[in-house]
Formats: sequence, C-alpha cells, structure tokens
Amino acid sequence: MPREIEPPTVQRDFILASLGEGKRIDGRVPLEMRPIKLEFGDELGWCTCHLGKTSVLAQVTASIVKPRDDRPYEGFLLINSEISPMASSVYEAGRNSEDEVLITRMLEKSIRRTEAVDREALCILAGEKVWQLRLTLHFLADQGNLLDCAALAAMTALRHFRKPEIEVIGDEVIVHSPDERAPVPLAIHHVPLCVTFAYFENLPPILDPTHLEAVLSTGSMSLTLNAQRELCVLSKAGGTALAVEEIMSVVNVGVSTVREMVKVMEEALERDRGSRIIEVR
Amino acid sequence: MSTSRLEILNDGGLRHDARRPYELRSLSLSLSPHPTADGSATVTSGLTSVTASVFGPREPRSRAGTSHDRGIVSVEVGVAPWSGTREVRRSRGDKRLTEIAASIRQTFEPVILLHLYPRSEITINIQVISADGGILPTAINATTLALLDAGIALLDYTTSLSVGLHLTQPLLDLSAPEEADLPHLVVASCPASGKVTLAAMETRLHVDRFEEMLRLGVDACRVIRDEMESVVKKKAAEVVRRSQAVIGVPDAR
Repeated sequence: MPREIEPPTVQRDFILASLGEGKRIDGRVPLEMRPIKLEFGDELGWCTCHLGKTSVLAQVTASIVKPRDDRPYEGFLLINSEISPMASSVYEAGRNSEDEVLITRMLEKSIRRTEAVDREALCILAGEKVWQLRLTLHFLADQGNLLDCAALAAMTALRHFRKPEIEVIGDEVIVHSPDERAPVPLAIHHVPLCVTFAYFENLPPILDPTHLEAVLSTGSMSLTLNAQRELCVLSKAGGTALAVEEIMSVVNVGVSTVREMVKVMEEALERDRGSRIIEVR
Repeated sequence: MSTSRLEILNDGGLRHDARRPYELRSLSLSLSPHPTADGSATVTSGLTSVTASVFGPREPRSRAGTSHDRGIVSVEVGVAPWSGTREVRRSRGDKRLTEIAASIRQTFEPVILLHLYPRSEITINIQVISADGGILPTAINATTLALLDAGIALLDYTTSLSVGLHLTQPLLDLSAPEEADLPHLVVASCPASGKVTLAAMETRLHVDRFEEMLRLGVDACRVIRDEMESVVKKKAAEVVRRSQAVIGVPDAR
C-alpha cells in the first residue's frame, strides 16, 4: 500500500498554533462545517454530495427478489461501499484497509441497524416477492470526513428515490412503469446523519475535519444523530481520553449540526422536486 | 423495543440471570496463562471468556508503518469457532473483527507510553474463547492485564464494560440475550482521571438518557479497576517473594 507522506513539522505546528487561536486554515471556526452541496441526477435516487472538496455519489436501485425464509415480510437494503483509489491514492482497489472497514461499518450501523428504511414496507407478496434496495456509494474524492459526506449522500439518495408503483391482484404482481403511474417514495422512519469531530491535545474539538486535520488529530469521534435528538450510533474508538462533560458538549453540538444538515437536505430535495413537475394530460 | 419473550427485569427487580441491575457478572482474572508470551491474561466475565497475549516490545515484523520515535501497536482478534457466537462463524477478514481490533488498538495507543519503545512493535493477540455478550469490554480488560503482565509502561489501567438501558433503568454488564434486546453502550475509561477513552453505541437512544448511562459506566469502570489491581498486586507480591528467595535476601517479616 502506498504510504502517505507525513505532513511536515512546520505545517503541523502552524495548524496546531492556529487552532490554539480558534482558527482553521480554511477560514472556518472550530465548530463549523464545510458548505454542503447536493446535486441530483436525472434518475431518481441518484445524488452527489459535496462537503467542501470531499464528494460522494450515492445511487439507489431497486429490484424484486424472493425474501428470506425466516423473514418473509422483510425486504432488503444492501449497502455497497467500496472505496476505490479514485478517492485518494492511499486506498487500494479490492483490498479493505482499516479506514475503509470502519467507514463501511459505520454506514451500515447508521443506516441499516437503526432501521432508517422501513423494510417491511418493501414487502410485495409475503414469502414470495419483496423489493431489494441496493445503495451504492462511490467515493469520488477524499478531502477528509468521507463518512459524514457518505451518510448525507446515502440518506438524501434514499429520500430522493421512488420505487415503481405496484399492484397486487391475487398472486399476480403488476409493476407499473413510471410513465404509467407516479412512482412512490420509500417509507423512511427517520433520517440519521453522521457528524465527526476531531480532537487535539489540549485544544477544543473541531467539527468536520479536513484530511490534513484528521491526520494530525489525536483522536476522533463520530456520532449518528437524527433530528429527533436521538443518538443512533456513537463511536469514539480510543484516541484522546475525554471527560463525560466534553463528550456531552460535543453531542449537543452534533444535535444542532444535524438539524441544520437536515434542513439543507430538505431544501435541496424540495428544489429538485420543483424541477420535476410532470404534466398529466 | 424488545421483541423477544425474555423478561429483562422481573417484578422482583432481578434480571434473567438473577442479577440486580447494577450487579456485574462474576469476574475472574488470571495472569500469565500463556507460557511463552511476554504477557498474557484471561478475563472471564460470566460466560464470556477472552484471552489476550502480548508480544513485545520487539522488532517490527514489517518495516512499513514503523516509526523512528515511537513504538507501534498491532492487534489481531480471533474468535474460536466453538465460542458460541450465534452468528455465522467469523473468519479472519471479518469486518466486525477488524473493527474490534481497530477499537482496541486505538484505545491502547494513547494509554501505552509508546515514546519509550521507539522502532519497536507491541503485538496484542486476542482470542475469544467463549462469547456471551460483551466481547469488546472483556477483550479490553484482558488486554490491560496482559500489557501489565508484560511490564509495558501504561498511563493507567483501562477498564471497560457495557451499559444497557431497560425503559429508564440502566443495567450493567449485559449478557448476550440482553445485548440483543436493549440499547447498549460500551464504555472504556481510565479510572484515575475518570476520562472516557472509548465509547461505542449502536442502537437508538435519546441524548438525555445517554449521559446517565455514560456516567454510570465510568463509575463502574472504577470497580473493575480495583478488582484488577488486587490481582496484579497479588501477583507482584508473589514475584518479589520468589526473587528474594532466589537471591537470598532475608524476608522482611
């Protein structure tokens, strides 16, 4: 694996010194996120999320499959997230590095284990046919904080996606094409989003670390929260030890950040919906 | 929330294995079970048993990743096929095991005084012998003891346990059936400072409840530290006694 070059001491000292004064090299204050930009494709369920220069493309597709025998009423949500060398030269194709495993596990926990998507609503005919959703994440560029960007892209894509309308008559299943009947959105219970904080020795934590900041940090903590003030996943794996109060203050910052992120997401979805008005004659 | 027919807390306020909410499972700690490792420990908490062995500080097996001014830590986690994890058998490349290994490595990197071991590697091997909930906390406890047994310089003990929540009642040290049913949090902390080094939670929980659980977990970590300390001191006294017998220093008593 090509090893990354460690940042020079001068750069490290400069960044740490500016953080000590409450400044970051890209002009943000410590608890500020980079601007979020969401773009949608022509197809429904296709979304690119840009968080500063980090970008992740999420795409949702659906197909009809047979459910598992022990869970005849449940559809599937598969998350594919392999980080290709396109994102950054430290990732290698076909080999799971530790960072990569942590990102994909965190996404699985945030989206699948918290039951963000109602899987029972994906049932078409019990024991016979269910929807299988496939969420594919393409990591386009890694300038730090891939996880938050990926979680936002994934949830936006799931909210954006529409599955074809289905009609069940006896044992017959009719799939109506989008031209024929308006496709239906997924049943989504809540919108979990990730926020990542980086810690430095004797300095206040920063939100949304860039790649360089992440490399220099002595620890990080990722939270998955939703707008209902529920903590879905919390992962602080080692790094600098923190007092309970420090963790709780970060959690509270996370709550308000997630609210803002959800607002950005809603606005983007609303704007996109406005551009998709179809005339029915 | 709970879907199974397991009664988490019965009318008498007892859990399914007759423990009270804040009662830990029987904890047994043994030092140096491994004959050749530099340090090893087995921690058995109820029906969960984990052995950790530490090799090093020694010359790194590969040059990549070594550092000229500090030691590196590498962690391998294995789960015995008979351990009783209800899921499919976990192989070496399993993502969950990689995640546990990464958590343990990152937990101990700031605790071990790595600047004392430049250009060297400390390898921690963890084997889950039987699993009944709380693999990660038990593994962390075993690792702390194994590192102490190997004589590696640490800032403090790092102790860990899981905290669950049933309705509004926090429960300590969950077993596997409870873990499957309840939102739970794994806390690892350095008891001397009361600071949290690891916190991991995977289920939905309201923010206000979380704080209560976290505080309780930190307190409970102190209890485990006392338990560990008594075992370590006993062992140290034994070593001193034996070495004095060999070099013929008259017994102080």
